[in-house]
Amino acid sequence: MHKEFLMGNEAIAMGALAAGVNLVCGYPGTPSTEVLETVAKRRPAETYVEWSINEKTAMEVAAGAAYSGARVLVTMKQMGLNVASDPLMCVEYVGVKGGMVVLVADDPGPISSQTEQDTRTFARFSKVPCFDPSTAQEAYDMVQEAFALSEQYGTPVFVRPTTRVSHGYADITVKDETEYAKHKPEGFIKDTKKWVIFPRASFLNHQRIEKRNAALTEEMSKSPFNRIEPEGEPGRKGIAAGGICYTYAMEARKELADVKLLKVGTPFPFPEELALAFLDGLDEVLCVEELDPVIERELTYLCGKHGLTVRIHGKLDGYMPNAGENTVDSVKRAMADFLGKDPEIPAAPELPPLPVRPPVLCAGCPHRASFYAVKKAMAGKKTIYCGDIGCYTLGNAQPLDMVDTCLCMGAGLGIAQGVFHTEPDTNCFAFVGDSTFFASAVPSVINALFNQADFTLVVLDNSTTAMTGHQPHPGTGRTMMGETVPPVSIEGVLKGVGLTCVETVDPLDHEKAVETVKRVAAEKGVKAIVFRSPCIAISKPSGKCAVDGDACIGCRTCIDEIGCPALSFADGKAVIDPGQCTGCGLCSQICPAGAIAPAGKEARHE
Amino acid sequence: MNRNIILCGVGGQGTVLASRLISAAAMKEGIPVQSAETIGMAQRGGSVFSHIRLGEGVNTPMIGLGQADLILGFELGETVRQLPYRKEGGKVIAADKAVMPVTASLAGGYDPQAMRAYLQQHVADLTLVPAEKALLELGSPKVLNLLLLGYASASLGLSEDSLLTAIRENVPPKFLELNLAAFSYAAANR
Repeated sequence: MHKEFLMGNEAIAMGALAAGVNLVCGYPGTPSTEVLETVAKRRPAETYVEWSINEKTAMEVAAGAAYSGARVLVTMKQMGLNVASDPLMCVEYVGVKGGMVVLVADDPGPISSQTEQDTRTFARFSKVPCFDPSTAQEAYDMVQEAFALSEQYGTPVFVRPTTRVSHGYADITVKDETEYAKHKPEGFIKDTKKWVIFPRASFLNHQRIEKRNAALTEEMSKSPFNRIEPEGEPGRKGIAAGGICYTYAMEARKELADVKLLKVGTPFPFPEELALAFLDGLDEVLCVEELDPVIERELTYLCGKHGLTVRIHGKLDGYMPNAGENTVDSVKRAMADFLGKDPEIPAAPELPPLPVRPPVLCAGCPHRASFYAVKKAMAGKKTIYCGDIGCYTLGNAQPLDMVDTCLCMGAGLGIAQGVFHTEPDTNCFAFVGDSTFFASAVPSVINALFNQADFTLVVLDNSTTAMTGHQPHPGTGRTMMGETVPPVSIEGVLKGVGLTCVETVDPLDHEKAVETVKRVAAEKGVKAIVFRSPCIAISKPSGKCAVDGDACIGCRTCIDEIGCPALSFADGKAVIDPGQCTGCGLCSQICPAGAIAPAGKEARHE
Repeated sequence: MNRNIILCGVGGQGTVLASRLISAAAMKEGIPVQSAETIGMAQRGGSVFSHIRLGEGVNTPMIGLGQADLILGFELGETVRQLPYRKEGGKVIAADKAVMPVTASLAGGYDPQAMRAYLQQHVADLTLVPAEKALLELGSPKVLNLLLLGYASASLGLSEDSLLTAIRENVPPKFLELNLAAFSYAAANR
């Protein structure tokens, strides 16, 4: 054992390695990404790791390995669980041989997601047991316990941290590599009754699962992850909390009162016996949790089932907000209110108007040039721009304003087709990133071809999965095992399924890019443009652009047209921040006065 | 002794590394440490923060309002944004530097002078770091984090030795000299 300062996600990875995990796969997504990356960095040579092309494939790869007796960890964010839900719902019925832990990171807020869905609710829906860690140390311990539980009962098991647990760091105690469990997979043993899902088998499996979960409800009451924090003085009020909210409640408890507190670490199956012991003697309970009122519903149900008169407060009766993140202070305020205490929270100082600072495409981002080229090419034409999930969602911001829709991974292509079939005189565009293209766009291209849609697919290929921190994908030609492999060609895929018009262009060559868009968009049917230019974070800057103060006419075209964060306006002239500029040269190409020198060229200074 | 530290700035300014270095130095001294970072979309030029909590008996990495002993600001407006977290009498060390958001370049609405004036008026224990000048002298706009860490080094409750060791162990060798120069700039220019 030794101490390490680890992020929650790193702790989860280290826990899986300590449990002797044989295979780890997943698809990147904030806040889950660092789990798999840490496995890749810290794994023993025999541990296999891959970024799969999407969560559904990852879940299936994981299932195959677990069928073969391997211990597997599959990682994703909550949105990814939707993509993977088809195989997961079925694997729960079929069962596994090797331990299978499904790591799904939830995102209260939401901070980096489309929805505030709750994997604890998904656990009840899918009948998959679920661990909910509140700290990095607990996450480390829970992952190991999750593997044991999975193997004991032959079921996948969820571990679901939320953002603050995933991205919180702590100095935690972890095993030395010599203490790691060693697990040798038995291999796949043929048994069609077990591994082939059939209605009759599913009926029997359903019965088995319900019986098991009823038994787990009892077992979970003894789990160290569920416990009652004893009260200081006997009272009639209690707090129930799980996840990061448990740490907020414990912080508030130190200041307010040593009130009786139920800590729930396994929201499904719920530790009923323990919860009944907690409810005993109480009049009222405040449930402190994020996303869905899972603990609150369970306690309310238990009160009904056992004829208890304890009043359960939380999201359902408006006591707690039903959306967004809790904070140390919001929990302290709610608990103080509930306990009739005065919280020591200073009055917020009155601040001057603060800058609004939404995330933006980086200075020099090739996506900016791509959006701008399409915008110029289609100016004055009736056009809809369907966006997608990735950095390029930020193309919606002013002044580009080039994302009219955004839904979920790969959805832009389908939406463009739906708009076309309803409104055939509209030019429909779908923008998709390179990683998203491989993850979920290809079937939609085939659908469009087959069903005679007319739209322009724009693949924004920056040669990486940028938003989540630069993971490799099939187009990059390198794997998480460190191998160099033949890259899958985006143009090859498109032509292979039958597209005849596929053009590739560098978006930073503005004139050529505009001309290409005009030409391709005029074609009938499904056609594609691949804008290829690497993400600024994985390429060397080509230098810096510079404004010639004498030549600048102060027209603001550069600022008002492209919205680059390196450009600002001071004393009637455009100014370029050399700390941000990468020398992409887009501004110098659009400056009507020729006042911006491209990278590498001498600019006349004032 | 417990200490709560908030680092704040704009995505891309290097708050995460500075936070890592403080935590690594605390680990060297055997001080329990927890921290929390903004990771994800906000890293693309949005408002970002790190919370660091040093000492025993800490339940959560998140710092409550009015609980921060030190706010280390990488940008004027972002420093002001975090002031509600400052403990009464808490210290603020901030880069005297503004990063203009695209929204403000387009439509106005950000006056860095007003931010500086507000800090000077409301924070008794304030150090404004001449970041533009220092970074020009250091020859790189990329070491704001180590520059500010140098200015904060005496206020973290950690020894300079453990901070230096943390820097040596966590900064890539080819940038080490530059980062050490940025860290020692404060001491050399007091």
